[in-house]
Amino acid sequence: MFTTLFFLGLIIFFVGVRGAKVISWEFLTQIPRCSMTQGGVAPAIVGTLYITLGAILFSLPLGVACAVYLCEYSPKGFMVNIIRISINNLAGVPSVVFGLFGLAVFVKFFGFGVSILSGSLTLGILALPLIISSTQEALLAVPQSIREASLSLGATKWETIKRIVLPAALPGILTGVILSIGRVAGETAPILFTAAAFYMRGYPKSVFSEVMALPYHIYALMTEGVHPDRQMAIAYGCSFILLFLVLSISGIAIIIRQKQRIQHG
Amino acid sequence: MKEKLYKLIFMVLAFASLIFLLGIVFILFKESLPIFSKVNIGKFIFGRFWYPTYSPPEFGILPLILASAWVTFGAILVCVPLGVGSALYLNELAGPRQRAILKPLVELLASVPSVVFGFFGMVIVTPFLQKIFNLPTGLTAFNASLVLGVMATPTVCSIAEDALNYVPKSFREASFALGADRWQTLIQVVIPAAGSGISTAIILGMSRAIGETMTVLMVAGGAAVIPHTFLEPVRPMTAAIAAEMGEAPVGSSHYHALFAIALILFLVTFIFNIIAEIVSRRFRIKLGLSG
Repeated sequence: MFTTLFFLGLIIFFVGVRGAKVISWEFLTQIPRCSMTQGGVAPAIVGTLYITLGAILFSLPLGVACAVYLCEYSPKGFMVNIIRISINNLAGVPSVVFGLFGLAVFVKFFGFGVSILSGSLTLGILALPLIISSTQEALLAVPQSIREASLSLGATKWETIKRIVLPAALPGILTGVILSIGRVAGETAPILFTAAAFYMRGYPKSVFSEVMALPYHIYALMTEGVHPDRQMAIAYGCSFILLFLVLSISGIAIIIRQKQRIQHG
Repeated sequence: MKEKLYKLIFMVLAFASLIFLLGIVFILFKESLPIFSKVNIGKFIFGRFWYPTYSPPEFGILPLILASAWVTFGAILVCVPLGVGSALYLNELAGPRQRAILKPLVELLASVPSVVFGFFGMVIVTPFLQKIFNLPTGLTAFNASLVLGVMATPTVCSIAEDALNYVPKSFREASFALGADRWQTLIQVVIPAAGSGISTAIILGMSRAIGETMTVLMVAGGAAVIPHTFLEPVRPMTAAIAAEMGEAPVGSSHYHALFAIALILFLVTFIFNIIAEIVSRRFRIKLGLSG
């Protein structure tokens, strides 16, 4: 047990101590200069935000609708079992395979090119099982009695779902969304061939432009480029920002969820 | 009428995951089949040489498969004791207050991005291993196993913990009533009862480790040769795809070969997930829980 936590501590310690030194206002707000050895990583931060936002916009409606169907409309049956199994398996697909799928479908077939759009859609599919399962958990936590109360007052099924069940499940759904944001923001493999660029002059202009993204930037700094030694400091800085972002986002979600679970027993 | 329409809309949207899964399968097959008209399947899988850019190119992925197998095996050696141990501690030994702190921390470890693990492996673990074993390079299968193992630990831990939770309290009470102490109960009653649940955890941990990309890409070293020891650089399947797809021209044999690797990878994790599903269903039935 404590060995496990030891590793968590070790990672946070090293990345924290060495990364914090690099962080400055300039690092957060400037674009890279002098072939990646100076300046900031602002475009990468912004790029990560765009891609993550796009992914959530895509997967949230789909995921919630899917969970509503599974929990409220049709809890049993052959097709539902198939959907369930496919969700479980989708959750187990290696992230690089999502990347290839995105490359073949969004980049090539639909012709979106290497772009924010392609990256967001690819990551959205990856986040789908996560959103579905946390929404399902939230819906199951809504007591059956308030559904029955609503139905007995003459509300239809859809009115009950819209006015009663979804609002009651909202906190749980949002927690799931926050967790997915944390997951999506840190993913690298799916955006390798669908969205990421090592260097961009300035900020992305539309959803069809390539972007820099923090996780990819860390990888690229460590494996490409011409000044490995000086790039290392920037990589520490990026890791620090990414780790800080992801851990605080997930941390918030985990704490909220813990409280909710205790509330519901 | 309106009600039926809503139900229909939700139903259609609910099929999205199924469609995406089928879409992935379809694309993988479609994009990988052309390679098998050039190289036969047996030669592709058991070929000992992976030289996709030579002329004539050689597409034998045995070194990549073996690399994945080694690294995954090593990761299992790390994450099973750590993950199952953590789960046992959380479930059996920790008090409620300790659990309220420790469990979120394990979940937090699960949310560390894989690229950060890879980075950590490169800058911290690599020089350390290089010094200890006196190696020419620290980027080896051993290093990758270690980092991957730590990564997969939270997965194993949380699923194993669920399994332990499902063991009915009455089992434990019966054991205590027969005069067994805590340790005997744990070893002879709780662990056997949760056994298949724990094996589900291990299978899913393996599936996680095989499919992990960024970490092995950064840490495993990248040499596409058949490994003989844990201390050599290797190139697992995921790393080969991620590293080479950028350079492979679309529609070339190399491109199709990489899709074929992804197909194999997908099938392997798919089989693991199905096995895990079957095992966990049996487990629930055994303990008298509804599916």
